[in-house]
Amino acid sequence: MLLRHTTTEIKDRTALTVNPAKTCQPIGAMYAALGIHGCMPHSHGSQGCYAYHRSALTRHYKEPVIAATSAFTEGASVFGGQANLMQAIDNIFSIYNPDVIAVHTTCLSETIGDDIPQIVNKAMAEGKVPVGKYVIHANTPSYAGSHITGFAGMTKAMVDYFAETASSRTKTVNLIPGFVEPSDMAEIRRMAAEMGLETIMFPDTSGVLNGPMTGKYRMYPPGGVTVEALRRTGSSLGTVALGHLASGDAARALDVKCKVPCQILDLPIGLGATDRFVDTLHRMAGVNVPDSLTFERGQMVDIIADMHQYFYNKRVGLVGDPDQLLALTKFLVSLDMAPVYLVSGTSAGKKFEKHLRAAVAGVPHEVKIKVGGDMYLFHQWIKQAPVDLLIGNSYVKYIAHDEDIPYVRHGFPILDRVGHSYFPTVGYRGGMRLLEKILDALLDRKDRDATDITFELVM
Amino acid sequence: MASIPILKEREKHIYRKGAEPFNLTCGQHSLAGVVSQRACVFCGSRVVLYPIADALHLIHGPLGCAAYTWDIRGALSSGPELHRLSFTTDLREKDVIFGGEKKLQRALVELIDTYQPRAAFVYSTCIVGIIGDDVAAVCRQVSREKAIPVLPVHSEGFKGTKKDGYKAACEALFKLVGQGPVEQISPWSINILGEFNIGGEAWIIKSYYEKMGVEVVATMTGDGRVDAIRRSHGAALNVVQCSGAMTTLADMMQARYGTPYIRVSYFGLEDTSKALYDVAAHFGDNPAIMARTQALVRGEINAITPELQKIKAAVQGKRAAIYVGGAFKAFSLIKALRYLGMDVVLAGSQTGNDADYETLRDMCDDGTIILDDANPLELSKYIIEKQADLFIGGVKERPIAYKMGIGFCDHNHERKTPLAGYEGMLNFAREVYRSVNSPVWRFAPARAAAGKGVSPC
Repeated sequence: MLLRHTTTEIKDRTALTVNPAKTCQPIGAMYAALGIHGCMPHSHGSQGCYAYHRSALTRHYKEPVIAATSAFTEGASVFGGQANLMQAIDNIFSIYNPDVIAVHTTCLSETIGDDIPQIVNKAMAEGKVPVGKYVIHANTPSYAGSHITGFAGMTKAMVDYFAETASSRTKTVNLIPGFVEPSDMAEIRRMAAEMGLETIMFPDTSGVLNGPMTGKYRMYPPGGVTVEALRRTGSSLGTVALGHLASGDAARALDVKCKVPCQILDLPIGLGATDRFVDTLHRMAGVNVPDSLTFERGQMVDIIADMHQYFYNKRVGLVGDPDQLLALTKFLVSLDMAPVYLVSGTSAGKKFEKHLRAAVAGVPHEVKIKVGGDMYLFHQWIKQAPVDLLIGNSYVKYIAHDEDIPYVRHGFPILDRVGHSYFPTVGYRGGMRLLEKILDALLDRKDRDATDITFELVM
Repeated sequence: MASIPILKEREKHIYRKGAEPFNLTCGQHSLAGVVSQRACVFCGSRVVLYPIADALHLIHGPLGCAAYTWDIRGALSSGPELHRLSFTTDLREKDVIFGGEKKLQRALVELIDTYQPRAAFVYSTCIVGIIGDDVAAVCRQVSREKAIPVLPVHSEGFKGTKKDGYKAACEALFKLVGQGPVEQISPWSINILGEFNIGGEAWIIKSYYEKMGVEVVATMTGDGRVDAIRRSHGAALNVVQCSGAMTTLADMMQARYGTPYIRVSYFGLEDTSKALYDVAAHFGDNPAIMARTQALVRGEINAITPELQKIKAAVQGKRAAIYVGGAFKAFSLIKALRYLGMDVVLAGSQTGNDADYETLRDMCDDGTIILDDANPLELSKYIIEKQADLFIGGVKERPIAYKMGIGFCDHNHERKTPLAGYEGMLNFAREVYRSVNSPVWRFAPARAAAGKGVSPC
């Protein structure tokens, strides 16, 4: 009982977070930046920040993760980090030769008040940024937002720095995938390609953080959106942004800057959300939905039909980032399951909470929701009234272990299993994989708990 | 890949054994913009104190620092598991503006009331150093109120390197030392310092000392308990492992309590045996200890030698690259790898000092690359040049090795099996064998091309 210290009685905590269900902005910015081809993410802060972010991303993706740091010292913390960033830009371009340096700030540099654009302008004026190379930035203090808003900030920076207004529109559709796995990004791109669409996806970490073993260490793997493609996002037909919190800012910025109209949708997790995604592409680009996608959709419905008896009324506890949490909740409700405890570490606003509340309005149980909560509270709810299934990142395993509850890993980070970076959970195919995972967890438990008499071969 | 450029300032951090003169630069702050594998002060303090299982560890700062250090180090406890939870004051924007002292005070009181810990450590992160919270004052006040030690750890990330974090941790620990009763402690007693019980290593080491007839008063900090640390000044000797982490505490205890210390390593047969013999020799007034030690060493080595010999035959002549945090670890690794008949072609550390690198130079064969504070490009460049078969490092190095198609062994805090002592050496040899000889490397393109592997199709 590793979490034996969790008390069943809930007391209001005002000053304290226990077992956080989120992490800080810079790591999200770093993840987004890795989705630009040939980009060196740069952490403007102490050496520890980027060491932790690189380690956390490495544990999740089991891939090398590069980033540089301003390596703040006490001096920098008193006099500002300008000299460090100038030197960093110089060193990075001369030794690591990226196309782009994507600077994100930290609590330290934000509190000191470093002005990144001013420092970058000075670096450019002094010739430290070679011709054809770029330095972009996002403000990501750790004392505000979460890894999701950090991701959103760096994604928006791609628009702010690169998107170019054009006099005529192309037929290309921009896709902003949100803070999802490289496998999900590839799947979203594949579905659009099945529909015959030209797309630009940003950021795009597929091929960067789920690459093959090649026998070579490459600082800049082949994947990622190119600067050239980012420029062209400004002349696209429209933008489909997936996930309001992670992708909304960038989509709206592109609309304001280059008049590219946008549709901001839920992450395409589950049948309904994927239908809406496909329908949006269909209407935006005026293309037909191909038989291949209709076929995949039919397969997904088929699985649900075959197994619907096992989903009915199962109580589920979910911890996840807001965009994932909302889409998953709607999916579970559509399966006739009962998502009863919903926790997001990130505060995502009143509107988000309202949407979440609406999604579970028909669930015939008392539903508890905490937006801006932690895993400790989540565990306390479960102690008070248990659930049949848990869905969340690897930290949920402590609760699953202590309370002996079936558990499906989903979200960030996943530190103890593989697969998430290779197999999607978005789209119809991803939906099938999620169904398989949920059913495996529920049916394995049923098998385990069956007596000799009730043990069944056919399920 | 052979044309990877090396930054001019970095050239002084790289030495090829045999080349003269030897003037490796080290102990410097990393260059801004370099992809170093190092961490920060907070990281150093956190890893040293974290294994104290009945203490409260509260991270005062924005939530990230707590999230990234939540149960990432497999420091096992035989009892309480309080250290495996993650507590943070989760400082927000308004706290940064108005200060976080009140929040810290409330959080501490709340936690101490709920968990009744034996002591509390409060870690300062970067931002606390900038906004100027008087953490020490809050700690004093809560300590008085709640009648337990509440110890500030001055671990603001930017105030140096991981080494400075070790020092800050030692300073906090030292405040506990000297507070407990020592009457019952044997004259043949030690404290184990710098052993963090990763995978249960401290338990192995402790069992050796117990078999030798030496009492272990406190293990710092593996499977650590506050009350044991409070009476640790009653031990006759401090036995300190690892180069940097806890030497500061040993120095402080020597100065105030006159406790002598010796430095040891428990990695590899040679170093483990030397450690145990050195302790036995220190207690020369009790010859029975030495007799028992000799019997113990003989028995342990005999038990594992047959399997070690088999592994040795299978890994002989393979080439290893080592990149570790403290240089002291590299010394032991080189000896252990040599015992297995392997060649060390690259040895580097994040935080070695002049003396460390001189020792490394003297230990290594001609042509071995010695690196201080290296980056992934340098590591991959020399791994290819030296055709290493095995890389020994930590979390950030593992995927680099795998991407390049060579074996890997974790000698950092993510290791799952104990590598200390005699059975640890056997575990290490097994792990090296499993990884170096894994059939997967036959599919690595470079090997396949060289005719050493099977064709990918």
